[in-house]
Amino acid sequence: MATTRTFRIWRGDARGGGFEQFEIQVDEGMVVLDVLHRIQAQQANDLALRWNCKAGKCGSCSMEINGKPKLACMTRMNSFAESETITVQPLKTFPVMKDLVTDVSWNYAQNKRIPKFQPRPRDPDGAYRMYQEDVDRVQEFRKCIECYLCQDVCHVLRDRHGREQNTFVGPRFLIRLASLEMHPLDTADRIPAVRDEFGSGMCNITKCCTEVCPEHIHITDNGIIPLKERVVDRFYDPIAMLMRKIFG
Amino acid sequence: MLNVSEIQTIDHDVLVVGAGGAGLRAAIECSARKLSTGVVSKSLLGKAHTVMAEGGMAAAMGNVDQRDNWKVHFRDTMRGGKFLNDWRMAELHAKHAPARVHELEEWGAVFDRTKEGLISQRNFGGHRYPRLAHVGDRTGLELIRTLQDHGVHSGISFHMECTGLEILKDGDRVAGLLGYWRETGRFVIFRCKAVILATGGGGKAWPVTSNSWEYTGDGTAMAYNAGAELMDLEFTQFHPTGMVWPLSVRGILVTEGVRGDGGVLKNNKGERFMFNYISERFAPETAATVEEADRWLKGDKTARRPPELLTRDEVARAITAEVKAGRGSPHGGVFLDIASRLPADVIKKKLPSMYHQFIELAEVDITKEPMEVGPTLHYFMGGIKVDADSQMSSVPGLFGAGECTAGMHGANRLGGNSLSDLVVFGKLAGEGAANYIEKLGTPPKVPDAHVTSAVRAATDILNRESGANPYLLHEKLQETMAKGVGIVRVKEELEQAIAEIEAHKKEAETLKAPGASQYNPGWHEALAMRSLLVTSEAVARCALMREESRGAHTRLDHPGESKEWVNFNCVVTRGPDGAMRVEKRPRPPGPAGLVAIANAKIEDLESGAVGADAK
Ligand SMILES: Cc1cc2nc3c(=O)[nH]c(=O)nc-3n(C[C@H](O)[C@H](O)[C@H](O)COP(=O)(O)OP(=O)(O)OC[C@H]3O[C@@H](n4cnc5c(N)ncnc54)[C@H](O)[C@@H]3O)c2cc1C
Ligand code: SF4
Ligand code: SF4
Ligand code: FES
Repeated sequence: MATTRTFRIWRGDARGGGFEQFEIQVDEGMVVLDVLHRIQAQQANDLALRWNCKAGKCGSCSMEINGKPKLACMTRMNSFAESETITVQPLKTFPVMKDLVTDVSWNYAQNKRIPKFQPRPRDPDGAYRMYQEDVDRVQEFRKCIECYLCQDVCHVLRDRHGREQNTFVGPRFLIRLASLEMHPLDTADRIPAVRDEFGSGMCNITKCCTEVCPEHIHITDNGIIPLKERVVDRFYDPIAMLMRKIFG
Repeated sequence: MLNVSEIQTIDHDVLVVGAGGAGLRAAIECSARKLSTGVVSKSLLGKAHTVMAEGGMAAAMGNVDQRDNWKVHFRDTMRGGKFLNDWRMAELHAKHAPARVHELEEWGAVFDRTKEGLISQRNFGGHRYPRLAHVGDRTGLELIRTLQDHGVHSGISFHMECTGLEILKDGDRVAGLLGYWRETGRFVIFRCKAVILATGGGGKAWPVTSNSWEYTGDGTAMAYNAGAELMDLEFTQFHPTGMVWPLSVRGILVTEGVRGDGGVLKNNKGERFMFNYISERFAPETAATVEEADRWLKGDKTARRPPELLTRDEVARAITAEVKAGRGSPHGGVFLDIASRLPADVIKKKLPSMYHQFIELAEVDITKEPMEVGPTLHYFMGGIKVDADSQMSSVPGLFGAGECTAGMHGANRLGGNSLSDLVVFGKLAGEGAANYIEKLGTPPKVPDAHVTSAVRAATDILNRESGANPYLLHEKLQETMAKGVGIVRVKEELEQAIAEIEAHKKEAETLKAPGASQYNPGWHEALAMRSLLVTSEAVARCALMREESRGAHTRLDHPGESKEWVNFNCVVTRGPDGAMRVEKRPRPPGPAGLVAIANAKIEDLESGAVGADAK
């Protein structure tokens, strides 16, 4: 059943901008990305947005929909009331390039800072042996589609100054660090860097990142908290560690 | 007046166009050879099509069934490709794939494991043994992220959201590439000694496709415009199982892994209809009854494979026939049932993203209900004609790798053979380019005149007072291709499609994109239309020329494979007058040893009666 819906879309660029309103026909089964495409084809040919897979697999179509960071391709129109106006705007944490497109290059720069994977030698027969139960956790982190929704909601990163100082890599890269640290073949030690360069201490476990992750990765419980524990185990005195083991 | 010296220039030894599996692997090889290497891509890093691949990558490691080896893989590939594959490419692919998978593991990839702790392998259509290394149903993500994370530490320069427009040449050899930054709309000249195209396919010419906006055949068209030969464009793969409902997700892929893990196809009468569509070639190796198929699934090595795992062309045609006969599902597909085959928790573990995709996009719980599926345009077997070992095209210094090239998959690709293709031939293309550069004398120079004319053609679209809407032209082209160049084809409809494409080409000269050049999707769409029209025309013209039905190319007016046509490829070039030319070119015969392996009975191959001396 087709209905006419109201969309408010932020249009503009680094110099500024504002919301523009569109009335548009919406058909059964559509997601927000479909509606944006229809607006683009019919009413605003130059509306800028990113997308690739249309199936929640590439993490390109991140934006804020009615104030919540979401993938536009996985947000169904029937999740809104029929009379509801839908407001769409770019991610707030990263600088706007144009309309719904933001400059996420900061994230790529963080990734590059992380020391690479360093495997142990192969078994004598040339194979690597790892058991499924030992890689389940690492595979959970490797489901990340780099949508940066978690980076967008993290209050530590919303502070531009913090980003510019590179003091905190953010949840996406903390789980990348965790995936390397927990990789059964990896031999490198990144724990000192996790504390000193990547800022694990700045996360105060609000769990906002976990709530928005479209891949349902347990970013805080399975990733950040175990990393923090490894940091604590390494840097704090053995007595405290012992106490924690006994009482904690 | 346009002053070429004011356009930004970037210098590299090698420029790779495309950051999917093929492009990244090629770039890693080039930088390992100490070349200054740049990669350009239309999207951000990590978002290329490769990220969407689900089921797995094929490599005869024999971890799950030790009877597997490169010869069986090679034989499967040739049979799946209906013997039109480039013999050497199919051989190189089958031999090198295991090493490339192991290399990914060494770079950090975490594949699903066997009980013994080795890389697990799953069944897929057309592969005799469980052969696909995989990570649940997100193998492509694992592949691209591994290459990306390895690549950023290899000294490669990534130029993201930059679109290549034209190959620049000095005389007959490559001198660089003209592109533009999507953000600013500014032009950029890459000066380099070799270009490797790894741009993927052109599925966006069809309305129902698993492909994203990036798949507009840019690399294929750039190579063609630069004078390179294209080949086998008539072979466009329709994947049998795309989503059909709701309309807005029509075409999105449902991985073959569903069938590999036991899923079955049923019509609206509840029949497993695939048993009625087993062709002669595959009958000796396919289960004859439901009972036998189920025994196979349970691991009985004496049972034969279920017909749901026949090659994609066969399954897609069967589905089309069922729907036509009125036995389809409510939304014009058929039913794919995994719910009655596996317990809910196993489905969620083995096929998590399929579960997710159906719940979120179609409100269907695949652990309880069947899915509705139908064919979707998925993959280009054809593309740039390259030399098997060096991956160089007919233009000196212009290389290709991955889906944008032709030959490896012949008339039909087996699932899982693409991801392995990307890393096998990505590496070879990198080596090919490095070897070419080593022997290169004086470095090439970029000619100003070409830059000027290319920039003007691109900016005319913005500067025109008024003109045709690029989005509407795209829709018209999709209608043409769906109607005339679909899953089944006939002469009159193909001729009609070609006439329509000619008209679309005229209209394309008048396209107008409103707005400025800064991040302007209307302009991007208009530029992409130029590539899409070249590839669409090539597909239609090759399809008209090949008067037989083979693999993914079905001609209702020429049913069945012809003995003559297996000896020919359709080769496309741009004539001196600018018009497209298609030539029926004889294929060199395959080497005797490989021919014997491809044609061997499976028992003879495994007993060593055939192919024992092949290394
Ligand atoms: C949904 C889906 C599932 C699949 N599942 C499987 C599977 O399980 N197993 C398997 O083997 N295969 C599978 N395939 C096929 C396989 O994923 C693709 O064939 C393969 O990933 C193509 O890789 P590529 O490196 O050739 O190109 P891509 O990964 O498509 O990359 C193309 C690159 O070229 C860039 N590009 C294109 N044009 C330009 C231009 N003009 N300028 C600059 N850059 C440009 C793009 O930005 C992109 O970076 C699947 C495909 C789809 C769509
Ligand atoms: S839990 Fe930590 S990383 Fe996640 S949003 Fe809160 S502060 Fe940021
Ligand atoms: S962890 Fe989740 S939210 Fe963060 S980038 Fe990855 S997929 Fe997105
Ligand atoms: S388009 Fe890929 S996640 Fe939305």
